[in-house]
Amino acid sequence: MLYSSIGYYSLIFGLIISFPIILFSIRNFRNEEVLDYKIITFSFIQLFLVVLSFLGLVFSFIYSDFSNETVFNNSHTTKPLFYKISGTWGNHEGSLLLWLVVLTLFIFLFLIKSKDLLKKYRVLTVLFQQIIIIGFFVFLIKSSNPFNYIFPVPNEGLGLNPILQDPALAIHPPVLYLGYVGSSIIFSSVLAATTLNYISKIWAIHIKNWVLVSWIFLTLGILLGSIWAYYELGWGGFWFWDPVENVSLMPWLALTTLLHCILVLEKRSNLSSWAIILSIATFTLSMCGTFLVRSGILNSVHTFANDPERGLFILTFLFVLIFLSLFIFFIFHKSDDQNSSSFFLLSKETSILVNNWFMMYFLSVVLIGTVYPIFLDVIASQKISVGPPFYHKLIIPFLIPFLIFMAIGPQLKWIKSGLEEKLHLVILFIISLLISFFIVKNLDIDFLVNTILIGSAFYLFFITIRDFFLKGFKNIQQNIAHFGFSLLILSILFNNIFSSELITNLKVGESFKNDRFEIIFNDLKKFEEKNYTSFKGNFSIRENETEDELEPELRVYNQPNIITSEADIKTTFFTDKFITMNSVQNEEYFNIRYQVKPFMLWIWISVLLISLGGLISLFKKKYEK
Amino acid sequence: MYGRKVKLRFFFITLILLSLILSVYLVLKSLEENVVYFKSPSDIQLLNEVKNKKVRVGGMVKINSIKISSKEVNFIITDFKNEINVSYSGLIPNLFSEGKGVVAEGYLKDKSFFEATKILAKHDENYMPPEVKAALEEK
Repeated sequence: MLYSSIGYYSLIFGLIISFPIILFSIRNFRNEEVLDYKIITFSFIQLFLVVLSFLGLVFSFIYSDFSNETVFNNSHTTKPLFYKISGTWGNHEGSLLLWLVVLTLFIFLFLIKSKDLLKKYRVLTVLFQQIIIIGFFVFLIKSSNPFNYIFPVPNEGLGLNPILQDPALAIHPPVLYLGYVGSSIIFSSVLAATTLNYISKIWAIHIKNWVLVSWIFLTLGILLGSIWAYYELGWGGFWFWDPVENVSLMPWLALTTLLHCILVLEKRSNLSSWAIILSIATFTLSMCGTFLVRSGILNSVHTFANDPERGLFILTFLFVLIFLSLFIFFIFHKSDDQNSSSFFLLSKETSILVNNWFMMYFLSVVLIGTVYPIFLDVIASQKISVGPPFYHKLIIPFLIPFLIFMAIGPQLKWIKSGLEEKLHLVILFIISLLISFFIVKNLDIDFLVNTILIGSAFYLFFITIRDFFLKGFKNIQQNIAHFGFSLLILSILFNNIFSSELITNLKVGESFKNDRFEIIFNDLKKFEEKNYTSFKGNFSIRENETEDELEPELRVYNQPNIITSEADIKTTFFTDKFITMNSVQNEEYFNIRYQVKPFMLWIWISVLLISLGGLISLFKKKYEK
Repeated sequence: MYGRKVKLRFFFITLILLSLILSVYLVLKSLEENVVYFKSPSDIQLLNEVKNKKVRVGGMVKINSIKISSKEVNFIITDFKNEINVSYSGLIPNLFSEGKGVVAEGYLKDKSFFEATKILAKHDENYMPPEVKAALEEK
């Protein structure tokens, strides 16, 4: 009760603080030479109030204060403490409050970190960021207040969906949001810089760090979600092209493209229109992500029950922001025409530009696949879904030139590059194709596409390895990230080609045999845990000469009353053995799925390598200064 | 007649336009082939012909209709107006049970028999797929 009130009133005062900030900013923008210190002070007060409000909600969760509606809907007294805390952002209201915390945190950090930049630019960025912040305040207080009061006070809460009670998913939203909301700073800053015609080399160097920070968090956030889906959902995959996954992939694609644009802008001072459009796109897509996931519009297998009316507010707000940014872009932006004529066909920036076009293509494919079903539902009220074949068919062929450009691009020079001393590029390409030919030769898959695809992935793989040895620490950040990407594509391809699975229904004591595996269901044990009852099955799996013992689990949660299955995964360096057990209502049979998935570990490692590249880039520059 | 710069620009614009047209064509063609339509048992009764194309069928699992063997599960999906027999071998989600909503993906053999290749999992016992809700409300 007390904590809720503290939280609620801090939220209101936080909104009120926005007005002095705007007032001081406008006054400061016109008059003085240096930044008014009051702006920083008030930004800090606002941050403090929002954090206080967030802590108010966290403590309401910790002390299971069921007079708070959000706590009542999402918590339960028997839930472990860790999940009481993570339950704070496991729901719509709490996660939006977390958005607001990150929004105010980032603008405060921005003010501290941008001391040597133009004053007008800093003030204007604060103003644009305040528009977003006010929007979220109003949205939170008006339509999704996390501190609603219920009377009479219930004795027990409804509990958190057990599928969310998981360590990876507990930290997944904050990490993802740091990435999403990080793009808000890029958005505000790009609008400010466009208005002042400040898009320049200095600006690029400064904004690059913000792009890197949100890119790293977004990458890690997607990775966490993917790992969670892999072991918790029990489907044995890591990416399902589900709308909810797609909405996190789209800002990532835009942000990755932006990162490369900023590099060109930093070195060559062109592609500025690209950088502006992409910054706007990244933030818009992040907002869309929150909107689509939380509004219930998306028809997703991941969708949790939610409220469509809130969608309207975010949609209107989004519309205003897009309109504002396009207006600023067309009125204020002066394109860098004088520079663009010096684009040569064979140069680093051309290959970056080409791959940017490819990434935009991938982005549009994902966007169409995600939005088209919604569109069709509204227009023709036909219910459809777009499955993985759509994405595979449209993306995979274009990965081939994409990978090749990714391999060759970094070998070229800025401005203009010749073909001399590039013999190794051809030799490595032939070697890669040969290796891939021998791998694919004996397999029962589409020969031509797979050979070239695996060949191009190997090509990137070898070229980055060669660079490690020849160039050492020069450009190591780019090299590691590109190496990680080649490893990712290779692992995904091999994972797809060499996976095998067996699905059967078994009773305790029975066994099942096919030409490769034999599964024996040894026994089933029951355990009582704090907030669930656990049934552990014991299975022996024989393949050739080896025998493994795996113990998948079924959990029957008390509140809410839901059954979840916990996969048992035996991870080794090269392959994962994955088993899940599901109950079938009123039957003695259990539905068993056993999968052998090669290179799973490498998929996670390669994504970590990709984000490590970003991390090195972020710190290397500071070190070199 | 025209300067080199104009020619180059013209060349680039043509290239971009061509690739745009190509990609739009590819996307639309792929959409047409890979879209999965959602149907209720009543919609299926209204079909003129049964095509060999992937569809989703949604509704309620009829009470006392689940039959399981070591190879497959058989059950009936109903929208309380019409029903359809489903046979399925594959992963069964935990929230799949009698009297609850279900969405199955697969191929129609005829108007009363459906061979499912996937049963979609849901995360929340109170959650009803929007299509099923709409299909049930229509009756």
